[in-house]
Amino acid sequence: MAARAMWKGVIRFEDVEVPVKLYSAVQDQAVHFRLLHEKDMEPVKQQMVHPDTGKVVDADEVRRAYQTDDGDLVMLDDEELAELEPEASRDIEVTRFLDTDVITHQWYDRPYYLGPDGDAGAYFALAEALRKKGREGVVRWVMRKKEYVGALRAHGDHLILMTLRRKGEVVPASALKAPGGRALDKREVNMAMQLVSALEEDELDLAAFRDEYRDRVVELVTAKAEGKVVKFPEPPAKQTEESLEKMLAASLKAAKKRRASG
Amino acid sequence: MAEHEEDDVGPRSFWSGTITFGLVSIPVELFPGSRSQRVSLRMVAPDGTPLVRRYFCPKEEKALEWDEIVRGYEIEKDTYVVVTDDELMKLAPEKTRDIDLRQFVDVAQLDPMHFERAYYLTPGGNSTKAYRLLAATMEQTGRAGIATFVMRGKEYLIAILAENGILRAETMRFADEVRSVEDVELPAAEKPGATRVRAMEKAIAALSESALDESELEDRSAEKLLELVARKERSGKDVVAAPAGEAAPASEGIIDLMEVLKRSLQGTAGGTAKRAARRDAEGAGREKAASPSKTGRKSPKSNGNAAAKSDARAGGKSSPTAGGKSGRKSGGKAAPPTREGAKWSKSHLRAQSKDELYEQAKKLNIEGRSSMTKDELVDALSNA
Repeated sequence: MAARAMWKGVIRFEDVEVPVKLYSAVQDQAVHFRLLHEKDMEPVKQQMVHPDTGKVVDADEVRRAYQTDDGDLVMLDDEELAELEPEASRDIEVTRFLDTDVITHQWYDRPYYLGPDGDAGAYFALAEALRKKGREGVVRWVMRKKEYVGALRAHGDHLILMTLRRKGEVVPASALKAPGGRALDKREVNMAMQLVSALEEDELDLAAFRDEYRDRVVELVTAKAEGKVVKFPEPPAKQTEESLEKMLAASLKAAKKRRASG
Repeated sequence: MAEHEEDDVGPRSFWSGTITFGLVSIPVELFPGSRSQRVSLRMVAPDGTPLVRRYFCPKEEKALEWDEIVRGYEIEKDTYVVVTDDELMKLAPEKTRDIDLRQFVDVAQLDPMHFERAYYLTPGGNSTKAYRLLAATMEQTGRAGIATFVMRGKEYLIAILAENGILRAETMRFADEVRSVEDVELPAAEKPGATRVRAMEKAIAALSESALDESELEDRSAEKLLELVARKERSGKDVVAAPAGEAAPASEGIIDLMEVLKRSLQGTAGGTAKRAARRDAEGAGREKAASPSKTGRKSPKSNGNAAAKSDARAGGKSSPTAGGKSGRKSGGKAAPPTREGAKWSKSHLRAQSKDELYEQAKKLNIEGRSSMTKDELVDALSNA
């Protein structure tokens, strides 16, 4: 089934125009629960209630307010809220291009795929140029009455948009100081490096990591539905603590053995 | 109010446990590496009174107390299986305690599409040696460790990276949570004309810079909102004074987070006594959060007493962590690790972005979530 585009826009910079379609790159796999009234197993509904009267306030009477640092509430009416909405636009405006390692992944929020919307030549030329140059664009666009900032990147032969966190939202590692202590023992560092390389894989296969917890939730629910007795896994025993060096040596031995037999 | 009391301590660790590296255990605490600064609005009555969200039974048309509500999974239309928090917590006891680093890869192998959120890891025990050893090793080799662990009722796939001597856990989307180019059915690549590519390269070069200007990442809509609010405040129109006795919402800016991270990384928080005190507060906070009588807040019945009723209990082992219910309020690991999943405290929730809260609300199927403000999402989730 072909995915449906969620939005259409035009990438613009200098005299370049690349019309694109935007697709969500993330798909939800979560287990969903509902809140139920225990007595009759009815899914509950939510309503806003006035705390003084206990009466339900209908949705069309509910107003929005901004709470200031002093706790005061500044009420905003619909017209004012409408004015705050960013101007609708189809433009994906590139403000600058950067080397792809300038914006670290700590800024990344959510990825979207871009597909060509008409001029496929321009689309693939942009993807190729970005890849060859090792650059990504800093972009801004308005989608569904919301303003986004993002990174326009090549992903293989295609283009993606990665939404970014906002100014001042990320704590960079450079702003922090590493924990201190006595200099590390060279032998221990050596052993730790060997252990890392013993556990190293050349290719990362993310599919090998499953959300087992999700699987277990589904198993639990199925078992309960069938009236089966549910068995919970045993918590692991706590390991005894030995010296760091001894533990590293033992780990290294175990890792090498596993590698030799596997 | 209890939640403000909690907030006074500032951002606290989301999770504490150990990283297992071979047979070496490294106690760590996990803190968010970013904080949403998005502005959110509250829902108020026409007279300006902040409204509260209540759950109603549609059949009986009456407001429900928390101890009348359970969590259900829909196995077929209109048929639900009740699942308690206690059962969910017992599903993966090993993963709520340990991050088991069994695989290392070159950092360059990590696909940007999978990165979700960054957390900092700080040394959790008295010694920083093993922590520093792992950080140094990973930084020197340019490797990331891949693992999964469970935090607050959800399993996370993470890449552990070291930068600047500090360990960071980046949550990654699971393989099946990211669609492929084939899933989306993007058209196969066409070889673009060389002239066109050159023209693009030239245009890119013309607009290239060496550094990011963070002002480009400003939230302009939020700025517009704040300007409007300031204007209205000056005019005094539509301004409702804070109810007497109600504290202002604790602001938890990025500065607070940075301070806490700095303290936690240095281990001492200005002296061991202070650190222990913080730990105490943390333990007490958790106990408080888990016990409705102390917060005055109703806590969902699924938190503990429901388990006694649940038929599944018969087959379950007794609580894996002795003392899980008795109040251990101090000591290194104040609360048993499984306690982590027990309650989503408001300060923990508030530290997340609205989008993240929304995702969680979606997972829990909280109704009306799309029209909720951040505060409302926090309220709804802390009770869910």
